[in-house]
Amino acid sequence: MTPALSISHVTKTYPSGLQALKDINLEIRNSEIFALLGPNGAGKTTLISIVCGIVTASAGAVAVDGFDIVRDYRAARTRIGLVPQELNTDTFETLWATVRFSRGLFGREPDAAFLEKVLRDLSLWDKRNDRIMTLSGGMKRRVMIAKALSHQPAILFLDEPTAGVDVELRRDMWALVRGLRDSGVTVVLTTHYIEEAEEMADRIGVISKGELILVEDKVTLMKKLGKKQLTLQLQERMTEIPAGLGDWHLQLAADGNELEYSFDINAERTGISALLRRMGDLGVGYKDLNTHQSSLEDIFVSLVSDRGGSRP
Amino acid sequence: MTRLAFNRRGVGAIYRFEMGRFRRTLLQSVVTPVITTSLYFVVFGSAIGSRISQVNGVSYGAFIVPGLIMLSLFTESISNASFGIYFPKFTGTIYELLSAPVSALEIVLGYVGAAATKSIILGLIILATASIFVPIRIVHPAWMISFLLLTAASFSLFGFIIGVWANGFEQLQFIPMLVITPLTFLGGAFYSISMLPATWRAITLFNPVVYLINGFRWSFYGVSDVSVAISLGMTLGLLGLCLVLVTWIFKTGYRLKN
Ligand SMILES: Nc1ncnc2c1ncn2[C@@H]1O[C@H](COP(=O)(O)OP(=O)(O)OP(=O)(O)O)[C@@H](O)[C@H]1O
Ligand SMILES: [Mg+2]
Repeated sequence: MTPALSISHVTKTYPSGLQALKDINLEIRNSEIFALLGPNGAGKTTLISIVCGIVTASAGAVAVDGFDIVRDYRAARTRIGLVPQELNTDTFETLWATVRFSRGLFGREPDAAFLEKVLRDLSLWDKRNDRIMTLSGGMKRRVMIAKALSHQPAILFLDEPTAGVDVELRRDMWALVRGLRDSGVTVVLTTHYIEEAEEMADRIGVISKGELILVEDKVTLMKKLGKKQLTLQLQERMTEIPAGLGDWHLQLAADGNELEYSFDINAERTGISALLRRMGDLGVGYKDLNTHQSSLEDIFVSLVSDRGGSRP
Repeated sequence: MTRLAFNRRGVGAIYRFEMGRFRRTLLQSVVTPVITTSLYFVVFGSAIGSRISQVNGVSYGAFIVPGLIMLSLFTESISNASFGIYFPKFTGTIYELLSAPVSALEIVLGYVGAAATKSIILGLIILATASIFVPIRIVHPAWMISFLLLTAASFSLFGFIIGVWANGFEQLQFIPMLVITPLTFLGGAFYSISMLPATWRAITLFNPVVYLINGFRWSFYGVSDVSVAISLGMTLGLLGLCLVLVTWIFKTGYRLKN
C-alpha cells in the first residue's frame, strides 16, 4: 500500500547557512496519527513546510500518497490540509468567506452543507458572519483548522495545534483529531509535550537539531521513556538503606538526606504505596516527597548520546 | 480524486476574494475618483481651459479625459495588485496560497485579473463623470477597450511584482509616487507634447507613458502626438516585460519562498 507520506533524504539549509534538517527519512502510514516531537528549533515546522510546499528542500524527495510534491504538486497538494503554527488569518474577512475561499483555492466545488458541518464540528457556526479579527485566539486557531478541513484533505498537518489553547478546547481538539483518523484521514502533528504525543499518537517521531533520532510505536516508546523518579526527603539522615526496603532498589542521595526510587509509570503497580507503608512500619519518617519525570530535554540528551557512538 | 489540469476554481476563489475587498470599500473606491475627476475639471478644465481653448482640434476639457483615465488606471492597477499580494505576505496568510494546488499562472490570473477589473471599473466611472462636464467622442471604441484592457493588465502585473518585492507598506507607495505619477504628468496627460519646446519634446519622447497616453487618446479623438503603432508596441512590450519578470519570480521563488 502506498504510504500516506514518504520523505526520503530530505535536507534543508536556509540561505542564512543554518542547516535545519539533516537527511530526514520517514514514512507515514495511512490513517495513523503521527506525532513529531521535538524542542524549539528542532526543525518540525521546516519539515512540515517542505511537505506542504512553503519551503523548498535543499535535497531529497517527498511524495504524498505516491505523488511527488514537485512533479505532481497539484495532486499532492490537493490531498494536504495544513494548520500552521502561527495564527495567520484574514483579519478583515468573515469566517464564512475565508473557509469558502480555502475550499475554492484547493479546486473543490462549492459545498455549503459540508462547510456548515465543518464549522459546526468546531463550534464556529454561530460566528460564521463575524469578521475574524473579532474572534478570540482559541477561535482563530479553530478557524485555521476549519480552513484546512474545508477542502477535505486526506492528510492533515497540525503544527502545534494546542499551543495557547485551554484544557477544554485541547480535549475537543484531540477528540476531533481522533474522529478524523477514524474517518480515514492521516494526521501529522507536532508538539513539545510528551503527554500530548502520548495522548494522541499512534506513532511518535523524535526530532532534535534537524535529525530524526527515533521513530517508534507509541506503546513501545512509552515503555522506554516511562521511567519516573520518586524522591523522599528524610526526617533523619541515613547512612545505609534498611534491609527491609531492599525490594525497591532504592538509592541514597543528597548526602543521605534523600531516598530515590525509580519506577515505571506504565506498570500495573508502581510500588509507591507499598514502599510508603513499609517505611511507616519501619519508622522511617519523611518530610516531603516529589516525583519527577525525565524531561523531553533529558530524553533527547540520552537518546542522542546513546546513538552517538554508532553515527559517523 | 480528479487530476486538475487548470485550477479554475482556485483562480475564481482568489478573484472573488480580491473583489470582495473592493466591494467592502466600494464607497470610498467610487467616491474618490468621482471627486478627483470633478476637481481636475474645475482646476484644469476651467482655469487652464479658459486660456487653451483647443488642443489638436479637441476642446481642452475633452482632451485631458483620456490622460485622466490613464493616470487613474496606472495608479489604481499598481496599488490594487501590489496591495493584494503584499497583504497576505504581511499577515502571513500567504502560506495558504503557497500550499495550494494553484500554479503561478493561476495565482497571477486571480490577483492581476481582480486588480485590473477594479481599475477598469474606476476608469469607466471617471469616463462617466467626465462626460457630465464635457462632450466626449470615442472614434475607435474597439481600440479604446483594447488599450484599456492591455494597460490595466500591464500595470496590474507591474503592481503584483512590486507587491512581491516590497518589504513594507511604504515601499508599495514608493514606485507609484516617485516614478509613475511624475512620468504621467510629464508624459502629456494634460497637454500635447507638441506644445513643448523642442528640447523638452525630444526628452519627453523617452518617456514610455507618452505612448500609452497618446494611443489611448487617439482611440477617443483620432489624434496623437506619436505613431499609434509605436503606442501599441509600447503597450504590448510593457505587458511582455512584466510577464517575463513574473515568470522569473515564480521560477526562482523570489521573496515568496525559502
Ligand atoms: N526562514 C528561516 N530562515 C533561516 N532560518 C530559519 C528559518 N526558519 C527556521 N529557521 C531555523 O531553522 C531551525 C528549525 O526551525 P523550525 O521552525 O523548523 O523549528 P521547530 O521545530 O518548528 O521549532 P518550534 O518548536 O520552536 O516551533 C531553527 O534553528 C530556526 O532558527
Ligand atoms: Mg515550529
